[in-house]
Amino acid sequence: MTSPATTSPRPDFLRPAVLVPWLIGMGVLAYAFIAGGYLITVLGFAAIYAIFVVGLNFFMGYTGQVSFGQNAFAAIGGYTSAVLTTAKGWPVFAAMPVGIAAAALLALAIGYPTLRLRGHYLAMATLALGLIVQEIAVQWDSVTMGYTGISAIPGLGAFGWELPNDRAQLAALLAALALCLWISSRLKHSRLGHALAAIAGSEDAARALGIDVARYKLLAFVIAAVYAAFAGSLFVHIVGFVSPEVFGLHMVVLGFTMLYVGGIGTVFGPLVGAFIISLLPETFRSFKEYQDLAYGAALIALLIYAPKGLASLSRFLPGRKGEGA
Amino acid sequence: MSQPLLRVENVCKRFGGLAAVDDVSFDIAPGMVSAIIGPNGAGKTTLFNLISGFLPPTSGRIQFKGQEITGLAPHRIAARGIVRTFQLVQLFPDLTALQNVEAGCHLRGKGGLWAALARTPAARRELDAATTVARDLLDFVGLRGREHVAAGALTYGQQRLLEVARAMAANPQLVLLDEPAAGLNAVETEHLAGVIRALIARNVTVLLIEHDMSLVMRIAQHIVVLDFGKKIAQGTAQQVQNDPAVLEAYLGGVEMDAAGEEGAHA
Repeated sequence: MTSPATTSPRPDFLRPAVLVPWLIGMGVLAYAFIAGGYLITVLGFAAIYAIFVVGLNFFMGYTGQVSFGQNAFAAIGGYTSAVLTTAKGWPVFAAMPVGIAAAALLALAIGYPTLRLRGHYLAMATLALGLIVQEIAVQWDSVTMGYTGISAIPGLGAFGWELPNDRAQLAALLAALALCLWISSRLKHSRLGHALAAIAGSEDAARALGIDVARYKLLAFVIAAVYAAFAGSLFVHIVGFVSPEVFGLHMVVLGFTMLYVGGIGTVFGPLVGAFIISLLPETFRSFKEYQDLAYGAALIALLIYAPKGLASLSRFLPGRKGEGA
Repeated sequence: MSQPLLRVENVCKRFGGLAAVDDVSFDIAPGMVSAIIGPNGAGKTTLFNLISGFLPPTSGRIQFKGQEITGLAPHRIAARGIVRTFQLVQLFPDLTALQNVEAGCHLRGKGGLWAALARTPAARRELDAATTVARDLLDFVGLRGREHVAAGALTYGQQRLLEVARAMAANPQLVLLDEPAAGLNAVETEHLAGVIRALIARNVTVLLIEHDMSLVMRIAQHIVVLDFGKKIAQGTAQQVQNDPAVLEAYLGGVEMDAAGEEGAHA
């Protein structure tokens, strides 16, 4: 073996396999900021989705559990923000934390009994959670306005000042995403992250080594819910509108696709997945009526040739040492 | 003997009408290798599950260092100082050997969410200490040079050793090894025997379940024999080998599982 450098658990940014994708990403961003327009909107949604998927990755990637119900927490974050800032006239920066706290509390209450379930049972329970919350958004007319939805939600800002344009909004979203990734990286490479990895590897072995499996699973579930609620809240303030469809099952499907395409369990996989999946349909626009077909074929090819996600591909290129991103 | 490290007192475990463990009592003295043997289905692994908290006993008491641990959750029992391995290897297959042992160091630290976020000096020291401990333990079991290999890619014998190293990472006073030599060849078994003896030198008491009788007879100073959930004998290797009840259980019954090895060393 080559001498294993005492690994600082940080990706090696200087390797071409890592550097080149980063540079391409930066290039696309720079182009968007200069050109403006539709690309800015697409990238903004990609950033919001990336935040959602970073959270999903905590529960599914780091901890090895399954949840089909993360849209419930996004809905709670989004609706709390929407209702408090419109009907109650709260400022955004006050409404957002309340929505996140509400989602965290719900995750605690729901997670405590359901996280005893494993595999398919947990998946079914969380799926039900997503459907129930969406149904409440439809039925609780007096607060959520049902299918009509809530419009004229104020944009991101503070003290009566709002971000002036879509470029400023994108910058804010990217800053939020960077913070979320930083937290994810810190937590992954910690005693807490090691405990989650142990649970993902073997719950019984984790237990035998003194890890309080129930407690750590619950913690990961709550963290994922906090991320989802943050993403949901950002979404309604960027779009200015919310209705039940926004947080439907398609959000879960999209989140899963991004997570698996990007690389489940890696720090940067959610980022890669969210941006690739958001940009792919645009890339295939020139295929006209074959757009969906080309998109689907690209996804299948990705999952066949990079089953551990795009973020894992850098491992196969020369210059790899220690662990990947 | 002085105060036993582990005391199992009239422990029973019933699954419906079946008494998998039936009124079993024994003491384990500190600082030696003890073994539980018995034909297949004798209740050995169930007994391990009871001691390590994976199953609650139907009745009876289990004491560790004079304190009651009956029915505690597995992670609490591990925190008291009893760490087990599994009959079917339960590694974290996607993690490297080093990461497996680092994850096993959980009980040596105490940093939580905030320590991780702020990456406090204490949290950093804990992580560094875990790496140091993990490297030392991999050396100890003979896996130096395999630190960065994914656990799932190690040979079976190496996986067994890694499981022992990882159990040691939890800083136990008593390790329960469930058939550590199962599937190992003669050379690997010999190496394992050396590792188990070296555990004693590290002030760890060992209780193992093993079907390899020649291994048991060589390294265990104290042997408990189970058959159909009941303890039928205990004592030194010599005492047990000459016990009529043991000979009956191994040679007289239908389960001849370990009889071959037994015969060879009788």
